[in-house]
Amino acid sequence: MEYHADSDVSLASRPPKGSAKKKTKNVRLLALFGNAKAVIGLVVIAIFVLGAIFAPLIAHDNPNAEVYMLNQPPSSAHLLGTNGLGQDVFSQLVYGSRVSMEVAFSAGAIATTISLLVGVTSGYLRGFADNVLSWITNVFLVVPSLPLVIVLSSYMHYRSEWPIILVIALTSWAWGARSLRAQTLSLRERDYVLHARLSGQSWWQVVLGEILPNIASLVLSGLLFSMINALLTEASLAFLGLGNINSISWGSMLYWAQNNEALINGLWWWFIPPGVAIAVFGGALALLNFSLDEITNPRLRKRKVRVHEQ
Amino acid sequence: MYVLKRAVFYLSIFWAAITLNFLLPRMMPGNAATAVMARAQGQMSPQALKALEIAFGVSSNQPLWHQYLAYLWNTLRGHFGISFTYFPEPVSQVIASTLPWTLFLIGSATIISFVIGTGLGVLSAWRRGRKVADAIPVAFTLIASMPYFWVALALLYVLGFVLGWFPIAHSFSDEQSPGFNLQTIGSVLYHAALPIASLVVTSLGGWMLGMRNNLISVLSEDYITLAQMKGLPEREVVTNYATRNAMLPQITSFAMSLGFVVGGAVVTEIVFSYPGIGYALYQAVTNSDYPLMQAIFLIIVTAVLIANFLIDILYSRLDPRVSN
Repeated sequence: MEYHADSDVSLASRPPKGSAKKKTKNVRLLALFGNAKAVIGLVVIAIFVLGAIFAPLIAHDNPNAEVYMLNQPPSSAHLLGTNGLGQDVFSQLVYGSRVSMEVAFSAGAIATTISLLVGVTSGYLRGFADNVLSWITNVFLVVPSLPLVIVLSSYMHYRSEWPIILVIALTSWAWGARSLRAQTLSLRERDYVLHARLSGQSWWQVVLGEILPNIASLVLSGLLFSMINALLTEASLAFLGLGNINSISWGSMLYWAQNNEALINGLWWWFIPPGVAIAVFGGALALLNFSLDEITNPRLRKRKVRVHEQ
Repeated sequence: MYVLKRAVFYLSIFWAAITLNFLLPRMMPGNAATAVMARAQGQMSPQALKALEIAFGVSSNQPLWHQYLAYLWNTLRGHFGISFTYFPEPVSQVIASTLPWTLFLIGSATIISFVIGTGLGVLSAWRRGRKVADAIPVAFTLIASMPYFWVALALLYVLGFVLGWFPIAHSFSDEQSPGFNLQTIGSVLYHAALPIASLVVTSLGGWMLGMRNNLISVLSEDYITLAQMKGLPEREVVTNYATRNAMLPQITSFAMSLGFVVGGAVVTEIVFSYPGIGYALYQAVTNSDYPLMQAIFLIIVTAVLIANFLIDILYSRLDPRVSN
C-alpha cells in the first residue's frame, strides 16, 4: 500500500489550498480502513458501544438484583455465573460497560479539549500568555497523577461519576498540551500559515483553517491515549475503593470481587470477565492508536524510507 | 543562569504542592478536618492537637494568611504531625520506615524494565519486517492496555496461591529476624520477585515502543546511509551508529521515570501488601489520615521535582543548546 508522505504533519509541509487539502484528508481517512489493526480496533469499539447502548436487549437480568443463588458457575441461565452477592455477572458486565465507557469517553474528551485549548493558544499566541500556560502545563506534567488523583478523591463523596471524570481529565491533559504546543509553534512558521496571516485572516480563521487540520491526527491520537488512561485510572480507583463503588462499572466489579476474595474462593467467572473487558476495549483503542501512528508516520511503516525522497 | 531558572521553576511547583495540601481540606465539602479533629480528641497530646488545628485551619478565629504561614513554616521544618493509622508514630517516622522498601522495589523494577524493554526495542526495529519482530510491539501494546492490578492479581493467584511458588504478601518472611545476613537478603529478594515481575511485564512495552520508534527514525538519517554505503557490517551500523543516538530520548525518559519511583508503587504495594510508601498512602486514605496523606503526597512530588532538576542540570552540561 502506498501513502503519500505529506499526510505526515511533522515531516513535510502540506499543500495549502482547498482541493489538494481535501484529497490528502480523504487519503488519510481511507488509509485507516486499509490498515488491518485499525479495522480490528474500530470493529471491537463499535461492538462495545452497541453493547452499551442496547444493554437491556442483551442482558435480561437486572444487574443490581441480588436474587440469584450465590456463587454459581457459568450456565445457560447465567452465562457468566453469579457472584457472591447473588447478582448475575453477565448483566453486570454489560451494564457496567456503560459507566466504564462513560468515564473513558468523557474524561478523554475533556482532557483532549483542555490540551487542545491550552496547547494551541500557548503555541500560537506566544509571549506572556505562552509563559503562563506553559508554566501551568509543566506543573501538571511534573506532579505525579495517580497519587494526586488518590489524594483528591479521598476528599470527595460520590453520587455520580462526574467527580472521577473531572479529576482524571484534570490530571491527564498536560502531555497532550505540550505536544500540541510544540506542533503549533512549528506550524505557525510555515509559509502557508504566514500567507494566511498576511492575507488578513483573523487569528481564529488561521487557527481553524490552517492549524487545526494539520494537528488533527495528533489530537485524535491524544484522545485515544487519554481514553485508555481514563479507562485504566477509573478501574484502579474503583479497585482501591476510591470511586463510586455503588454504581456498576468494570472497576467496581473487580472491587467487589476482590473484597469477597473471589479468586481465593475459586470464583474466576467473577474476577476474569471485567478484566478481560477492560483489556479488550483498551486494547482496541490502543490498536487504533498504533495504526494511526503507522499511517501518519511513514517511517514506522516501511523498512527503507528515505526522508529526502519526499 | 539556566540552572537558576529551573531551580526557581521547581521551587514554584513545590510551593504549589504545599499550597494545594493546605487548601484541599479547607475547600472540600463535608469538612474533613472537623471529622478528623473529633476523632483525634482525647487521643493526642494538646501539642499534637494544636499542630493539627494549624494544619487544618479548624481554629478559624485566625485569619487565613496567618494559618497559611504557620502551615508553611511547619511543613518546611518537616513537622507533619502524628499519623492516626500508625498512632502514635510521627508521620516522618512512618515515611522513613516505608520509603526504603519502595525505593528498592520500584527502583529495581524500573531498571530491569528499562534494560529489557530497550533491548527488545532495538531488536524489533532492527529486524523489522519479520513476523516476530513486528508482533512483539503489538503484543506489548495490548498488555499495556490491561489494568495493572488485574495482571498483578492474576500472577499472585496463579504463581503465589495455586502453585505456591512465591510468597503472597509482605517484604520478608516473619521467621526472619531483620538484619544483614544472607538469609534475610534471600527472603527479601524472594518476596520482591513477584511484584517486580508484574511491574516489568506491564511496563516493558512503553520502553520498547519508545526505543523502536526512536531507532527507526534514526535509521533513516543520512549518516546511517553513509555508514551503510561505506560497507560497514549491519551489526556495527545498528549498534555503534544508530542505537547510540536513539538512546538519548530513552535516557531522558528513564531519568524522569526514576522520579516517579516513589509514587509509582501505590497499586503494586497494595496488591502485594508490600510495606512501602504507596501502601502507607493507601492506609492513610482509607483511614482519613490526612497528616500522613499530605506528607506522602509532598514526598512523592519532591522526589519527582528533584529527579527532574537533576536531569535538567545533566542536560545543560551534555547539550549546551538546551540552555538557550
